[in-house]
Amino acid sequence: MVVNVLRRILESLGRRVTSRLWRLGFAARFLLATLLHSGTALKRFQLTIREIYFTGVLSLIIILVSGLFVGMVLGLQGYDTLQRYGSSEALGILVALSLVRELGPVVAALLFASRAGSAITAEIGLMKATEQLSAMEMMAVNPIARVVAPRFWAGVISMPLLAALFSAMGIFGGYLVGVQLIGVDEGSFWSQMQASVDFREDIMNGVIKSFVFGVIVSWIAVFEGYDADPTAEGVSGATTRTVVTSSLAILFADFILTAFMFRG
Amino acid sequence: MTMNNDSLIRLTDVNFAYDQRPILTGINLEIPRGKVVAIMGLSGCGKTTTLRLIGGQVRASSGEVRVDSQVVNDLDSDGLYQLRRRMGMLFQFGALFTDMSVYDNVAFQMREHTDLPEELIHDMVMMKLHAVGLRGAHNLMPSELSGGMARRVALARAIALDPMLIMYDEPFAGLDPISLSIVGELIRKLNDALGISSIVVTHDVQESLKIVDYVYFVAAGKIVAEGTADEIRDSTEPFVHQFIWGEPDGPVNFHYPAMRPYAEEMLSGPGRKQVWW
Amino acid sequence: MNRATIDLWVGVFVAIGLGSLLFLGLKVGNLSMSSAGETYRLQAEFDNIGGLKVRAPVKSAGVVVGRVSDIRLDSESYRAVVSMNVDSRFKFPRDTILTINTSGLLGEQYIGFEVGGDSELFKDGVTVKKTQSAVVLEKLISQFMFNKASEGDGSDKK
Repeated sequence: MVVNVLRRILESLGRRVTSRLWRLGFAARFLLATLLHSGTALKRFQLTIREIYFTGVLSLIIILVSGLFVGMVLGLQGYDTLQRYGSSEALGILVALSLVRELGPVVAALLFASRAGSAITAEIGLMKATEQLSAMEMMAVNPIARVVAPRFWAGVISMPLLAALFSAMGIFGGYLVGVQLIGVDEGSFWSQMQASVDFREDIMNGVIKSFVFGVIVSWIAVFEGYDADPTAEGVSGATTRTVVTSSLAILFADFILTAFMFRG
Repeated sequence: MTMNNDSLIRLTDVNFAYDQRPILTGINLEIPRGKVVAIMGLSGCGKTTTLRLIGGQVRASSGEVRVDSQVVNDLDSDGLYQLRRRMGMLFQFGALFTDMSVYDNVAFQMREHTDLPEELIHDMVMMKLHAVGLRGAHNLMPSELSGGMARRVALARAIALDPMLIMYDEPFAGLDPISLSIVGELIRKLNDALGISSIVVTHDVQESLKIVDYVYFVAAGKIVAEGTADEIRDSTEPFVHQFIWGEPDGPVNFHYPAMRPYAEEMLSGPGRKQVWW
Repeated sequence: MNRATIDLWVGVFVAIGLGSLLFLGLKVGNLSMSSAGETYRLQAEFDNIGGLKVRAPVKSAGVVVGRVSDIRLDSESYRAVVSMNVDSRFKFPRDTILTINTSGLLGEQYIGFEVGGDSELFKDGVTVKKTQSAVVLEKLISQFMFNKASEGDGSDKK
């Protein structure tokens, strides 16, 4: 009896692991196919521009507003902590470094996953459920080239821009609270920031991070949509999985990237 | 039907299994050029799979699917795409691209596969839409169309590049009686006017018998009967008879096969205890 | 939504995205300063660099003129060897003294140039010997305490 229970538990564990691995392999092959069929998306760039509108432009509001508030909170909290050590003029450094290195890329990617990633999954999933992808295939048009690749590239292009906007907006928010509201010296706010934020080390690494997150989120979003069960539950489940999986993947990748980038 | 070398489509001893579960077994089927042929049967009997085999979306486990003297199962993906350009397919609910207008839906293939100037595409799209009577609706989005109109737009899209064959997957499902006869008549008219061949997968007996030349009956993955519309109507074969006249019981049982006889089931209670995990 | 509107919006989006990257580079980061011009390399040996870090600023009269590029320990003399890149626009006399200073009481540390009067200038790659090490606060405090304590001892004995 006990052996049986144990055996069943092990079996289900094994089944889960193998099915996850199988899915991961399938997702990798799907990414490869997307990259191989990117010719149409890049040659007829109009297709990708259209998707940049839906992924990038429509995410602008949430990114800008969140960036502003995150920066303002950083200004308040940072000031509160720094002034205890009498170094409130370092507020600029604190706000800028935390945004450019971490919060900008990560929070923007999390917002992007829930705003644009879920929309991509739902759209592709619904196209599959209503046989639009099949219809396209029967019209001798490859859906990966025509539907998936433009959305993938639009996400990859939009993500670094959104992250940069988030950081810039956040620094502006920190400036508003720190300098305008609390009265930290404006000159030292900017000059200290400039003195300690390095373009290559901090800003470019932030851009690289957001690029990687863009690839991850777009990949997960198009894959989950394409792989969704063609039913209402299937599409809603896939949308949820996109948000959950990409959020976890973003945070995990962020840890790995940070460990490699800012070791020194 | 006599074996005819001029047939557009011929399936020879085709078997198809999905995950070891046989869907189609020993299918022999022929579609002559210029005819409208119906494949009838119950839901889930493998009719749609037959269309997918012809379109190359799934590959036969064994046997040969031949379309216009090309063997579909042997084609690589380029060859398959070349072949599909000469096929049109109407999906069950139209499968219109929901993010494009009616006009763009019909123009889709022309833009994807040809370098025609936009003025010429405009004229062609209007011709196709006129043929299905929806030229006036070219600006609408698919969400603004009724079911019957969506089906007709999809039909205009299917004939966009003047295919040699149109496959209809349940073209009558969920239509009101007027739309039903409009679509039925369109299928027949387009077939004759364009000189193409048509396959209609359906379980709508009355409407399809009005328009088709020949009928194949599929049950449980096998072809159980075939013949012209009149032959089918007069058929004494029990399954066909039950199907045509819509009788609730017959060779196709009302009851799903049960493990144990009814009386035994009632007397013995649940056979085995449910285990919590 | 027609094509021209979409194009316009995407254009605006890409423009302000790139604009904010530029803002980050120029206003927030040091792109305008560090990678703009040519630099020359100086080395300096210190007994103790305190909390100096790579990329710390190099200042003369409070103006940032360069940046620390590398810090290592000379294994023979056990002194710290600090390399720095200095903007080529600024030349300094050969007898300039390099000191390690702290901005504020607990602020970050930087290298300061105390400019001398020699007519000869620093050349690229030269190693500066005249340096003044970082002030280590703990040492200073313990020294102060020690002095106070010994003063107190003396007065008691009297």
